[in-house]
Amino acid sequence: MAETTASQKKLVKFIITRQDSPDSASYVEEFEIPYRPGMNVISSLMEIQRNPVNVKGESIAPVCWESNCLEEVCGACSMVINGKPRQACAALIDNLEQPVRVQPMKTFPVVRDLVIDRSRMFNALKRVKAWIPIDGTYDLGPGPRMPEKKRQWAYELSKCMTCGVCLEACPNVNDKTDFIGPAALSQVRLFNAHPTGEMNADERLDALMQDGGIEGCGNSQNCVRSCPKGIPLTTSIAEINKQTTKHMFKQWLGV
Amino acid sequence: MLIFENVVYEKGVRQFMKGYYARKLHSLLGVIPLALFFIEHALTNFGAFEGGPSRFNAGVKLLNDLPLVLVLEVVLIYLPLLYHGVYGLYIAYQAKPNNGRFGYERNLRYLLQRVTGVITFVYVIWHVYETRIQVALGNVTHEQLGSVMHDIVTQPVLFTLYLIGVISASFHFANGIWSFLVSWGITVGPRAQRVSSYICMTLFVLVSIMFVLSLIAFRRVEFQEASVWIDTVKSVLS
Ligand code: HEM
Ligand code: SF4
Ligand code: FES
Repeated sequence: MAETTASQKKLVKFIITRQDSPDSASYVEEFEIPYRPGMNVISSLMEIQRNPVNVKGESIAPVCWESNCLEEVCGACSMVINGKPRQACAALIDNLEQPVRVQPMKTFPVVRDLVIDRSRMFNALKRVKAWIPIDGTYDLGPGPRMPEKKRQWAYELSKCMTCGVCLEACPNVNDKTDFIGPAALSQVRLFNAHPTGEMNADERLDALMQDGGIEGCGNSQNCVRSCPKGIPLTTSIAEINKQTTKHMFKQWLGV
Repeated sequence: MLIFENVVYEKGVRQFMKGYYARKLHSLLGVIPLALFFIEHALTNFGAFEGGPSRFNAGVKLLNDLPLVLVLEVVLIYLPLLYHGVYGLYIAYQAKPNNGRFGYERNLRYLLQRVTGVITFVYVIWHVYETRIQVALGNVTHEQLGSVMHDIVTQPVLFTLYLIGVISASFHFANGIWSFLVSWGITVGPRAQRVSSYICMTLFVLVSIMFVLSLIAFRRVEFQEASVWIDTVKSVLS
């Protein structure tokens, strides 16, 4: 018990960028919450939810956020923490400089406070057909096998959780462009590498050779430095550059 | 059938103007012919450093003796430069740099590629106006270009601006080649991209040194040539 009282005296300061509705202006609110060992940004937000009082002692509407898995696999809790986009559930307070500044990923439409709308990413996956069409009226039988070596690197690409961090880090994903962003480009590489997915490779490349496709990449390479899953995004992008280039020449030469 | 073709045609044009192909053309023109011309230009100018006016003038003469030189100039330099430059300004305008938040080296080069592109745009207009356009207007002859340069770079402010111009253009050229190799899927893996970074940045330093030495060479008194037209250029500049 004595230990709890001692650590309760220690406070963690938060500076949170809030927004009441999609169209309203954002504002900054400060909070101080008691330190607990092992706490992270999500557990801190839960604490604010339990006791929604800001640093001035005013009772306020609790801060809204989104989370699911709490183990950095669903991608729902992405936000900008101390300037860098990352998963709040994996952001341990012990490893963060204080005060902790928390902002929504403004590359996406803000729904409320830290909740953003990542629909554009799911639409992008639909646009590039990031799946393998095997459904039909009869059993097509087993597909071709995938070489183990390829499976190993393809597995890394399959770890993408559509969290949006790479789009937030990209200087070419903004309101002046309609660049699809790194995540979907890497998914095209994944599905084009699959022995069955390969059969629809051209369709995916065609989708990336439309307005807002792969040409939007400007090689800042922030994405690969930011991806929490360590996905080799810039290798994927260069590989898709190669595939689209080949596809273009094939089309022109009528092969 | 005609309607069908029309639709295909319109779709084709629209697709071209907006997306992938327009950007690919921008990228291609950056290397062929622009980067190739840039290397040629660096070599000719370096002749001024190495062999003085006679060598430089020989280089200028060699180029001007090419058949259909005006056609070559327009097709291989002006049109590609116009397209690459204008589209490049648009690309630069579309960027939302975030170097404060992401202070990585590649991100810095991303920013510099755009900044040096804009500087190069302004610089090239100014430089072409002072040299090629003055020749076209009949104010100077090709043989007098060395002394035109002498007259410009002996003025400290203009010399500084020229230094900024040539160093910016050299960076844009060298880093552009790095970026081109990625954009066409030639350097794919991290190691290939790292090695090509070293090569391209070495190229940047070498080409910059060549241009700076040429500018210094043009300051030498042997490029001076007192005649009426210098006063003309001076009055244009002032
Ligand atoms: C006239 C003014 C110019 C402007 C405004 C301009 C602008 C740009 C911009 C913004 C890019 C970045 C494209 C990207 O990374 O997505 C670029 C790329 C490039 N520029 Fe320029 N540029 C100019 C002149 C030149 C010149 C004179 C050269 C030749 C030495 C050149 C060679 C290149 C190359 C090789 C690339 C790389 C293409 C790629 O990454 O796909 N540019 N330019
Ligand atoms: S590629 Fe990485 S950063 Fe981008 S959405 Fe997927 S997991 Fe997130
Ligand atoms: S809650 Fe799933 S990644 Fe953070």
